Amino acid sequence: MITQPLITKRCGNIDPLQIDSALKAGAYSLLKKVLDLSRLQVIEEIKNSKIRGRGGAGFPAHIKLMSLYQENSPQKYLVCNADEGEPGNFKDRYLMEHDPHLIIEGMAIAAYAAGTSRGYIYIRGEYQKSIEIMKQAITQASAKGFLGSQILGKDFSFHLEVRSGAGSYVCGEEFSLLESLEGKAGRTRVKPPFPTVKGLFGYPTLINNVETFANFPIIMDLSGASYAKIGTPSSTGTKLLSLSGNIQNRGVFEVPFGIPFRKIIDELGGGIPEGRQLKMVQLGGVCGPIIPEYLIDMIVDYERFEVFESKTGAGAIIVIDDSQDLFELLANISDFFAHESCGKCTPCREGHAQIRKTLDKFIHYQACEKDLISLESQARIMHQTSLCGLGQSAPTSIISALYFFRNAFFDRINASNCQEVSA
Amino acid sequence: MIRLTINNQPIIADENKTILTIAKENNIHIPTLCHYSDLGIHSECRVCVVEIDGQKGLSTACSTFPKDGMVIKTNSPRVINSRKNTVELLLSNHDASCTTCVRNMHCELQTLANKLGIEEKRFESVLDIKELDLSTPSIVRNPNRCIKCGRCVEVCRSVQGMSVLDFHGRGQDMSVGPAYHHLLADVFCTYCGQCANVCPVGAIMEKDNTDDVWEAIHDTNKHVIVQIAPAIRVSLGEELGLAVGDIVTGQMVTALKLIGFDQVFDTNFTADLTILEEGNELLSRIQNGGTLPMITSCCPAWINFLEHRYPEVISNVSTCKSPQQMFGALAKSYYASKNHLDPKNIFVVSVMPCTAKKFEATRPEMSVNHEDPDVDISLTTRELGKMIRQMGIDFTHLESSEFDGPFGETTGAAALFGATGGVMEAALRTVVEVLTKKSLDNLDFIPVRGMDGFKEATLDLNGQSLKVAVVHTLSNAKIICEQIKNGTSPYLFVEVMACPGGCVGGGGQPYGSTREQVGKRLKAIYQVDRDLAVRKSHENPSIVKLYDEYLKTPLGHLSHELLHTHYHDKRS
Repeated sequence: MITQPLITKRCGNIDPLQIDSALKAGAYSLLKKVLDLSRLQVIEEIKNSKIRGRGGAGFPAHIKLMSLYQENSPQKYLVCNADEGEPGNFKDRYLMEHDPHLIIEGMAIAAYAAGTSRGYIYIRGEYQKSIEIMKQAITQASAKGFLGSQILGKDFSFHLEVRSGAGSYVCGEEFSLLESLEGKAGRTRVKPPFPTVKGLFGYPTLINNVETFANFPIIMDLSGASYAKIGTPSSTGTKLLSLSGNIQNRGVFEVPFGIPFRKIIDELGGGIPEGRQLKMVQLGGVCGPIIPEYLIDMIVDYERFEVFESKTGAGAIIVIDDSQDLFELLANISDFFAHESCGKCTPCREGHAQIRKTLDKFIHYQACEKDLISLESQARIMHQTSLCGLGQSAPTSIISALYFFRNAFFDRINASNCQEVSA
Repeated sequence: MIRLTINNQPIIADENKTILTIAKENNIHIPTLCHYSDLGIHSECRVCVVEIDGQKGLSTACSTFPKDGMVIKTNSPRVINSRKNTVELLLSNHDASCTTCVRNMHCELQTLANKLGIEEKRFESVLDIKELDLSTPSIVRNPNRCIKCGRCVEVCRSVQGMSVLDFHGRGQDMSVGPAYHHLLADVFCTYCGQCANVCPVGAIMEKDNTDDVWEAIHDTNKHVIVQIAPAIRVSLGEELGLAVGDIVTGQMVTALKLIGFDQVFDTNFTADLTILEEGNELLSRIQNGGTLPMITSCCPAWINFLEHRYPEVISNVSTCKSPQQMFGALAKSYYASKNHLDPKNIFVVSVMPCTAKKFEATRPEMSVNHEDPDVDISLTTRELGKMIRQMGIDFTHLESSEFDGPFGETTGAAALFGATGGVMEAALRTVVEVLTKKSLDNLDFIPVRGMDGFKEATLDLNGQSLKVAVVHTLSNAKIICEQIKNGTSPYLFVEVMACPGGCVGGGGQPYGSTREQVGKRLKAIYQVDRDLAVRKSHENPSIVKLYDEYLKTPLGHLSHELLHTHYHDKRS
């Protein structure tokens, strides 16, 4: 098998609502171990593991941890970003609903290392079940002394609470998430300052994805150096993948970095149903690039993604077969972002409507060559000038489609009744 | 200090300044739209983007701090293209009926579009026409012109501490306005008008009353008189193209006469009268154990704030009407009988640096005959500028003329009403002389001057120390009110003005008043004070005569009837 369950090894084998079943399977044993180490020793292990953030941006986890450790502030916060709103992603939900204690343990380890006593787990509003399970898990962990004051008899306190949004996609963006946590509307902030300097309520804050936190106990178990041997040199460890779309087996799979996408689609996904052909794959979610069939031998790796001026995303693989129309797909994505844009900055607020109008011309066979130029320019400008990650990544699908499927655009223009009106 | 390059020009700069500031200091112009010098970093419009070597995206100059060795281009093809595109996008969701817009030729978006060479409508309009908010007598909001730059939201939140305006909704449906899409009249808006002043386009402005004034002027049955506030003489020139802080008192009087007002009076006269009434009220409160500290009552936005937010402090506020309303009351009583005019035929216009004054003029308690308003119409500096332009008056070449009597003779103390600390200083010039029974050697009370938001001064009076405070902006008014509520206010007398810098920074002043401009207007106010022969209100001969002839004594029976008012708890 190409899967390698590390963070999912307890999933399905324990009862997420019974802490005792998790304890029997080893939960919180690493927290005990960590509390005997110095804070810097813990950060050193994380550094040696070379783990990068699993939320999408791929920032080295130890740097953020170290920044927070070094901040000398009366209050520091730890925030777990569980606002999994990116279409095509459901791996954080899987973890929360199957092994909540791994996340709590990971957060407690990070809190200890960074020197924070208060944390929040911000869960997507639609994830009612995850919210319920995490809340129960926190209550049970507190009762057992893994959370709260004087944890395991040590001079370490960590209070953790669940918070949730009202269903806005942009709240997954870290600044919007902080605004939402503070009780404000989910609209991003101007950076710098970054959260590790000035985050929640103006205090230094460490924000990580669910999966990143879940990896911390694994790293402390295996040792940073051993963990670093899993995956590829630039992307260590495993990645949770959310496989969806036109594919036999949809679901969450944990694989080491470095596995080719084709293997994942064929072996884990079981191929395309109904005798259809694979046409394209969208990586990371709807904010990610759309790649053609001939590129899916590419391996899962942070560096490979940077080629697309894009981040890995959180690990979604959306498989699209040959029954799907590229332009309908792009229009659908554009509608999504138009709806989810917070409206704060001009390119994102006003740009989607114009992109959508241009895509409509392609859908309705009314496109001219100038529409292609306009679409490309709009997409690039939105990508380059938007205030936050939403606007910057929203046009990735279009930019990648214009790159990999350029002929499809020309074919549509040639088949169109172009009514070029000169001013 | 660090080294960087902007447009191939080597520059040594302070890394604690933004690229925008550094560029400006080096005469490199980067266009902006949401940026406003006094209002922190927004970075929302994305107009000020620049290209930084080695960075894939474009960065906004207003929010980016440079690093050593940075190579920046402010006008590369990528930058120009992006900037133009952004403004075109703004125009696609904007009611660009420029020729019928109040901001035509004074609009930051229009100017920018012109500078960027936007000459075709590349994007189809997506504007969804919404209704105008015409609910208040002071301020009009036109959401169809709003470009969501957030300046009004920021000034309302961070300067005034009110947060009456905020963003609503998201994506293209995002809009700016009061919570739950309420009308301005239905929320606790003080009508200070700072939002209108900072708006780059014609989305928020005063309710225009110039047509009402023209109609009255052209009505032969009406005796139309005008009073003009202290702050207008140092800002009207600016509105009409002269330098910021130019003093244009004489030309202004000439222009008002040319417009056709029957008599041109000075609100400074009733500012002097206010000092007599308010000064005596303070003395009476001190001597008779009245509520202290006493707070000034000239600023109508402050009074709105008081009634909405801190009604428990009402007894601290002077019962004196504002100079605008004292003038209106006298015009329709004393002036009418002296000139054998039917008050019903007198039409009183005021020119104020203020949008809240329009609301004040409509207050039911501001009516001597309990029927008609004492002040029929209150105009802003901008509206007067408009009338002067409409008349085709060449303001820069006007001869000077004098105010008409009896409300034309004024003092330096009255002129100070236009500045933060001015009412305090004017009052002290009178109160201190009364209390010490000695003539002041130095009339300048420096500690109460200047742009600090919260100023205090301690005066030594016959061995007794008297603590006073001067605040401007409603954020600072809140501090004073909280102190009084908690019983921790150490002051005897407090001046509150809602706008930054006082009336010179009023919401009705020329658009885009920055601290720098307000500072120049303040200087001009002090110049007006210095240039006047009489600088103490109680020494104004016309005021002395008014008491002799008519009012008899400050706080007397007629004063109470005409010059004092009361406030309401409007919190519920």
